[in-house]
This record gives sequence, C-alpha cells and structure tokens, in this order.
Amino acid sequence: MATTHSRAAARLMLSPAVLLLLGWMIIPLSMTIYFSFLHYNLLIPGTHDFIGFANYSYFLTDPAFFAALFNTLLLVGGVLAITIVGGVLLAILLDQPMWGQGIVRILVIAPFFVMPTVGALVWKNMFMNPVNGLFAHMAKALGLQPFDFLAQAPLASIIGMVAWQWLPFATLILLTALQSLDREQLEASEMDGASPFSTFFYITLPHLARAITVVVLIQTIFLLSVFAEILVTTNGGPGYATTNITYLVYAQSLLQFDVGGGSAGGIVAVILANIVAIFLMRMIGKNLDI
Amino acid sequence: MGEIVLDQVTKTFGHVQVIPPLDLQIEDGEFVVFVGPSGCGKSTLLRLIAGLEDVTTGEIRIDGEPATHTAPAKRGLAMVFQSYALYPHMSVKKNIAFPLKMAGLPQSVIEEKVENAAKVLNLTDYLDRRPGQLSGGQRQRVAIGRAIVREPSAFLFDEPLSNLDAALRVNMRLEISELHNSLKTTMIYVTHDQVEAMTMADKIVVLNAGRVEQVGSPLDLYNAPRNLFVAGFIGSPKMNFIEGETAEAHRATTVGIRPEHIAVSTDAGSWAGVVSVAEHLGSDTLLHVQTENLGTLTARVDGEFSVRHGSRVFLTPQEDKMHRFDARGLAIR
Ligand SMILES: Nc1ncnc2c1ncn2[C@@H]1O[C@H](COP(=O)(O)OP(=O)(O)OP(=O)(O)O)[C@@H](O)[C@H]1O
Ligand SMILES: [Mg+2]
Repeated sequence: MATTHSRAAARLMLSPAVLLLLGWMIIPLSMTIYFSFLHYNLLIPGTHDFIGFANYSYFLTDPAFFAALFNTLLLVGGVLAITIVGGVLLAILLDQPMWGQGIVRILVIAPFFVMPTVGALVWKNMFMNPVNGLFAHMAKALGLQPFDFLAQAPLASIIGMVAWQWLPFATLILLTALQSLDREQLEASEMDGASPFSTFFYITLPHLARAITVVVLIQTIFLLSVFAEILVTTNGGPGYATTNITYLVYAQSLLQFDVGGGSAGGIVAVILANIVAIFLMRMIGKNLDI
Repeated sequence: MGEIVLDQVTKTFGHVQVIPPLDLQIEDGEFVVFVGPSGCGKSTLLRLIAGLEDVTTGEIRIDGEPATHTAPAKRGLAMVFQSYALYPHMSVKKNIAFPLKMAGLPQSVIEEKVENAAKVLNLTDYLDRRPGQLSGGQRQRVAIGRAIVREPSAFLFDEPLSNLDAALRVNMRLEISELHNSLKTTMIYVTHDQVEAMTMADKIVVLNAGRVEQVGSPLDLYNAPRNLFVAGFIGSPKMNFIEGETAEAHRATTVGIRPEHIAVSTDAGSWAGVVSVAEHLGSDTLLHVQTENLGTLTARVDGEFSVRHGSRVFLTPQEDKMHRFDARGLAIR
C-alpha cells in the first residue's frame, strides 16, 4: 500500500465496513445520549420531558455510584492481577515437556468454554455454598467452621470466579508468546551464567511484555462490563458490596424502570471506560511498539 | 588456559547415534575448525563441549579437570550463536554486560570491561542502541563482545558468519582471526565453508556423520588427505576423481588430482576433451572439460585463458601431485 493510487483504492474498499461500524456505534450511542437528557420512566408513560443534566447529577451523587466505581476498579484490578500472575506461571508450566501435555492443556483451557452464568452458578452452588458446597465439606472435614464466601467476602468471591473464567485466556496468549521465545537466547543466558530466576526476570518476562499488554487491554474491556456473574450470585449485594457500574446501570434502568437515569449511567460508564483506556495506553501502550 | 579433551564421547538422540565414540584433543590457544557437510554433527559436538547437551557416554576434560557434568556457565567457555542470540530488549551495553552482571561483578568493573570490549570491536558509538537497530555485522560483533568480556578459557563459534553477505564475511573472518592473534585464547569454530576453515584454522577437524575423518593443519589436509572424503571436501574447486584404467595404471582404485594441478593446452597433452563450461574469474579460469573416457574434469588455469564452450583442449596432470586411494577409499602412501 505504497502508492497514492493503491491507498485510495484501499480507502474505497474499506469504506463500507467503516460506515457500517460507525452506524452500528453512532445510532445506539446517540439514542442513549438523547434518552439520558429525558425524564423517561417506564412506570410513568407519556411524559418524556427534557430535564437537562438532572439524570446525571442524580446518578453521580447517588452514594451507590462511588461504591460501584470502587468495586469496578477493584474487580478489574483484582482479576487482572490474578490472571496475569497465574497466567504466566501456568504458561511456563505448560511449556515444560511433560506426560499428557495435550490433555492438561485442554483442561486448563476448558473454563473459557463455560458460559459465565453457568460457571458462576457452579461456583456458587457447588463450591461456595456454606451448607452443601465442596469448600464447606472440606472445612468440616478439617473440623473448621464453613466459610460463607458470598456473604462474608462477596467481592473477593466474584473476583475469584471471574479470574477463573479469564485465566485460560491469559494462559493461552502467554503460552503462545512463550513458545515464540528463541531457544538460543535461553541457551545464551545459560552460558552467561544466569540462574533460572534471572533468566525469567531478564529474558522471559521482557519477552512476554507485549503479550501481557495485549492481555491487559483485552481483559480490561471485558472486565469493565462484568455482569452475569454478579446477577446470578449476589445480585449486587449484600448492600452495594458487589455492585459495579454495569450492574448499577442495570438496576437503575431495569429494576427501577428509569430509562433516563440508566442512560445517563451508561454514558458515565462509557466516559469512565475511556478514561481507563487512556490511562492504560499511557502506561503500557508503548510495549506494543516494536 | 583452554585445553579441551574429548575421551570416547558419544551422543544419542532417541535411538539415533549422532556421534559415535570420538576422541579429540584441543590444545591451549589453538584455533580449531570443525568442518563437515550439513547434518554431520558439528553443532552437536560444539554443544556437547559447551554443556548445552549432555553427553551420552564418555568424558570431557577442560584444562585437565573433568567437566562432563559441569553446568555450562561453570566451564569457563563462551559461545557465539549462529543467530547471535542477542537479548532484543536490552541495549548493546546491557547485552555485553549481562554475563558480568550475572557473575555479580561490581558496576564500576562492568563499565570498564564493557568499554574495553566496545573499543576492541568498534562498537563504542552503538552502545545505547538495541540489537534490532544494528546491521548484521554489528550484531555479530556484539555477540562476540558478550563472549570476550567473560574472558573465557575458550570461545565456541557456531557458524557465526553464515548470516552475513560475502564481503562482510571476508571482513569478519579477518577480524576474528585478528582477535585470536591478540587474545591467544582457544577458539573452536564450526563451519561448513571450507574456505573459512582453510583460512582461519591452526587445526581442522573434518567430520563426516559424526566421525572424525582427519585432524590436521590446513595444508596437511590439502596435501595429504587421508581418504576420499577429506580429499573431496578440502580444496575448492573439488578434487577430480578418476577410476578405471587410468587409476589401475597408478596401482590404485581411484586417483585424485586437484584442478590446479592439471596443465591445460590447446595443442597437446595426455587427455583430450571438449570445454563444456569456462568460468573466467579474471585472476584465474576454471574449465569444466568433458573428456573422452574419464568423464568431466575440472581444471584451473592462472590468469586469462581464452577458450569457450566447445573448444577442444588437452589436459596433463602433474604426476607427483596425484593422490592414490585403495578400494576402501583410504589414501595409499
Ligand atoms: N535435538 C535433536 N534431536 C534429534 N536429533 C537431532 C537433534 N539435534 C540434532 N539432531 C540430529 O543430529 C545430526 C547432527 O546435527 P547437527 O545440528 O549437529 O548438524 P550440523 O553438522 O551442525 O549441520 P549444519 O551444518 O546443517 O548446521 C542431524 O542428523 C540432526 O538431525
Ligand atoms: Mg549446525
């Protein structure tokens, strides 16, 4: 794509896709913005008055908003930390030649194929349930008091479930990156007298930087909108302990039928997501350059 | 110090014995070149010496100490890899400093050694660049720099020049030879290019399918190849082999004559033939001659020799430069 001619042709070819994507994005976005300025409640049909920024001020001054904002950041940060650290370790483990490697790899990747709702329900009912759950049984077998995960550490439990869902993704990406590491580099570092730890920190980890960046960026996009796991386990509670921004928007618009307020929340969420994206690109985007 | 002894060393991958029992003695300060065709086990042998592969049986001794089970870093050897194996995210300076840092030397000593190495290798201007921003020859020098700062007892090179273009290869060849002259450290150099082997080596080890065919100085191998394989492998263009009556007349199964030991004339000589290809190199001329009953022979004439495809020529071998081989391919002395 060097010449002016080929560049013009490329633009022409791309334009339908770009226009379609633009429309796909612009129409819902502008409708949401439009609704966010209306007094629009499904329980009060007929009245669609323009009320300016009232929905926004209502949403932003709601005490639940700050709780939700904090929970969102905690959820994203917690899951990222677990999946990156765990993913790197698992990838290194899976990269070792071992017996039954193929089966183990499939097992490790399996959680990614489980629907979030199903995964969360399995965790809630089969593992974390304080009466029948596996963890409760184990605690009882050891003579301990069963721990009621979703009541006593609700956010941590949800972070655990979501991390379990996303660990395979991180592992997979990091594993492929690890396999592209030049073997001669590892041998050179061995000759240079680097211990396995030094090799990991000076050679392997820098090599993985780009893959880690990709994992962080992609996961952040999805983790900002975690919803199903919260809906089927805690419903945002107890109190607001597990309400994130996504869930708060849902509660606003579909539990309280306040379309205007929900739309304002949605726009706030979009703005927050962009702020997070800008920060991320600032911090780690340079890793994507060659 | 850098005396390396291999004693009945073998290497087996799975069921395939790549190196049959092999003995080799490398003296301190020697420039030893391993040559052989592709897949003959040169890299494997070098990696056994480096400790990157475990020997299956046998023993390796470095400076008299058993080193068969010593970790690579503890053997005091430095290796330059074919792909250079530079660390891409580190600057040139950090690359060269890496082995020193791993050895836990103080920062000031590291700085000084890196600076010296950079000076020797003309890398001072590039110290802050990344390997990706260097040319092939410069990368090669960084790899060598990373090896020399360790002050190893021997350097191991695995086809270090094979990624470079012809002109640069000649340059780097000289630089490595000069480095050897100034450091006087043992160097083991793997190549399949016999010109590199002839020009650089004190001692050449010719390998074939993991076996050592002959060990000797370049001229030893050139003048007195021990068997057909070495005779065919050393020397460029390749030695001509003649069988049949001509060979029997010399009481041998095969006789060999190098292209440069055949005189060419347009009027008279022992063997008549027709030029199939004439390669005019300026400094000399290579003639591929289709003879009447000896097959195609190659002859080399100094300077210009104006014949063309289809010209009729006569070849006369220098009888005293003929090599004779018996039925098993061994030289008859
Ligand atoms: N890890 C391995 N597993 C199995 N076989 C191997 C392994 N490494 C090398 N070999 C075999 O050992 C033989 C020698 O390989 P080696 O790499 O030493 O050849 P080489 O002389 O360096 O060739 P080249 O000039 O092409 O680099 C080859 O037949 C190769 O297939
Ligand atoms: Mg090789």
